[in-house]
Amino acid sequence: MSKPHLELTGVEMSFDTPKGSFIALDNINLKIKKGEFVSLIGHSGCGKSTVLNIVAGLLQATKGGCILDGHEINSPGPERAVVFQNHALMPWLTVYENVELAVQQVFRKSMTKQERRSWIHHNLELVNMAHAANKRPGEISGGMAQRVGIARALAMKPSVLLMDEPFGALDALTRAHLQDSLMEIQQDLNNTVIMITHDVDEAVLLSDRIIMMTNGPAAAVGEDLYIDLERPRNRVTLADDPTYVHYRQEVLKFLYEKQRKLESITPRRNNQTTGTNMQKDTVPAAKA
Amino acid sequence: MSTLMNTNSRIRRFGGLKALTDRFTGVELAQTGKQLVLPMVGILVFLGFWHLAAPQVNTSLGSFPGPAQVWEQSGQLWQEHINQRERADKFVTMQKERNARILAENPDAEVKIRSYPGAPTFVDQIVTSLITVMAGFLLATAIAVPLGIVLGLNRHLQAAINPLIQIFKPVSPLAWLPLVTMVVSATYVSDDPMFEKSFLTSMITVTLCSLWPTLINTGVGVAAVNPDLLNVSRVLRLSFWTHVMKVVLPSSVPIIFTGLRVSLGIAWMVLIAAEMLAQSPGLGKFVWDEFQNGSSQSLSRIMAAVLAIGFIGFVLDRVMLMLQKKIAWNE
Repeated sequence: MSKPHLELTGVEMSFDTPKGSFIALDNINLKIKKGEFVSLIGHSGCGKSTVLNIVAGLLQATKGGCILDGHEINSPGPERAVVFQNHALMPWLTVYENVELAVQQVFRKSMTKQERRSWIHHNLELVNMAHAANKRPGEISGGMAQRVGIARALAMKPSVLLMDEPFGALDALTRAHLQDSLMEIQQDLNNTVIMITHDVDEAVLLSDRIIMMTNGPAAAVGEDLYIDLERPRNRVTLADDPTYVHYRQEVLKFLYEKQRKLESITPRRNNQTTGTNMQKDTVPAAKA
Repeated sequence: MSTLMNTNSRIRRFGGLKALTDRFTGVELAQTGKQLVLPMVGILVFLGFWHLAAPQVNTSLGSFPGPAQVWEQSGQLWQEHINQRERADKFVTMQKERNARILAENPDAEVKIRSYPGAPTFVDQIVTSLITVMAGFLLATAIAVPLGIVLGLNRHLQAAINPLIQIFKPVSPLAWLPLVTMVVSATYVSDDPMFEKSFLTSMITVTLCSLWPTLINTGVGVAAVNPDLLNVSRVLRLSFWTHVMKVVLPSSVPIIFTGLRVSLGIAWMVLIAAEMLAQSPGLGKFVWDEFQNGSSQSLSRIMAAVLAIGFIGFVLDRVMLMLQKKIAWNE
């Protein structure tokens, strides 16, 4: 696979603020291979979400661009399914109907009604949520809802799966459980995944490659670390595997020595300029 | 009023007899007792106060009616309705018999049945009022919900229309009525009108006054859809229509319903005033006619109407609440 599957070239993102233009991202270059699991890690405010949203097509890069399988990305689409931090399920639809909404939209023409139904069930089974098909998101736990969010994204048969801190809002045990499920699913489907995370262990355990981003404003790719660990990976045995520990240390060093965040003690200002949460990583840095 | 509503919902939640007996133990009994007894006490105290105070108030039509007179007149109104119905039935049967005779003599004769020309009774007026208020309210909903969606989706349009909404919202029905009356009589000209002009006038007045809460709430609800859900819609590339029907509208249903309930309350209040002034059939006209009539029973009959108006308003709100519980996903 010499030709990159997904390529970001010279991506720059700037936002207009009352105090003038604010550059969030500066010259991001990335080449991602098919089936690669890539984590984006960095301090909050470094523009990780902005990168993800540009790949998703939810935001447009000010300069540079993003090419997926030879096509330029300039709008959102189901081939780049997004798993949101807070599941983003429609609260008035059941679990089944939530996945159905996506399947209906993507495979309206290519699948029969019967095929769609079994495809929905297949994806719910993949995340172990078939038993709750008729429940509403309000009736299941956050972890379960996040599973459904993943099932909905997988059901679109995306060529890239984008995950915006998918396990960030979950408790540690649920998170570990979902990470294991995600690894299994990834093993089977071999999706290309881009995941944003704050969690060093999560990044090392799940990824083939960790992109570490420098602090904003004008964030860029700091280091690009390939994780060469056998799969399937087991979190317990890896815990004192020297290679694992080494990778973990690399990331920690980057985050807490090279890119130590000095401003993190000053209170954050929360000025939402656009009203969406897309820029949540960039806004706090706007005071700089 | 609110304790009264509370009690009602408690009673409904009990369900079967077994649940009832299970509930009737110790603290629960005291709790239930309180919730049944206190509203009763409130009503009784009010009736007592009314009974004692009413004779002290003297008007040109005699002293203000107490609960007993109002109760008696309520029965009287019902009786009048029954009698009127009987007479109407008789009137129709008589015509039928006569028509049968005419047809027996001459099978080609043209026969027709005229409806009973008697004055509408209190119950008839209630029915008319309910029909008018529902028509006005449905028209208001049919205008306010789609318009609210459009305003909620388009921030520029919202900014342009908002001042107009703010200005027209507080206008009293009495101010609209003369204008509506003139416009209706000028524009609704037909030899065989489907609706009475007075009906249209009251209905349109109700619509003009009651559409605002629904309009505002729909706009707010649509503008406040969770941005994550909007992103899901964008990722799925939902068409505009699907986006509105599958994401925007369901998401705003709870807040739209809150608006609808306020709107219906306003519609009912406005209707009585409009009917009174427009002389269109309904409860408002009943009150006005009794007032003009000025007999010794008039005040009691008006008071009976006041209680009926209040009770119907309360029932309408309950019906909306039930509908909301059925339709809205957050209930």
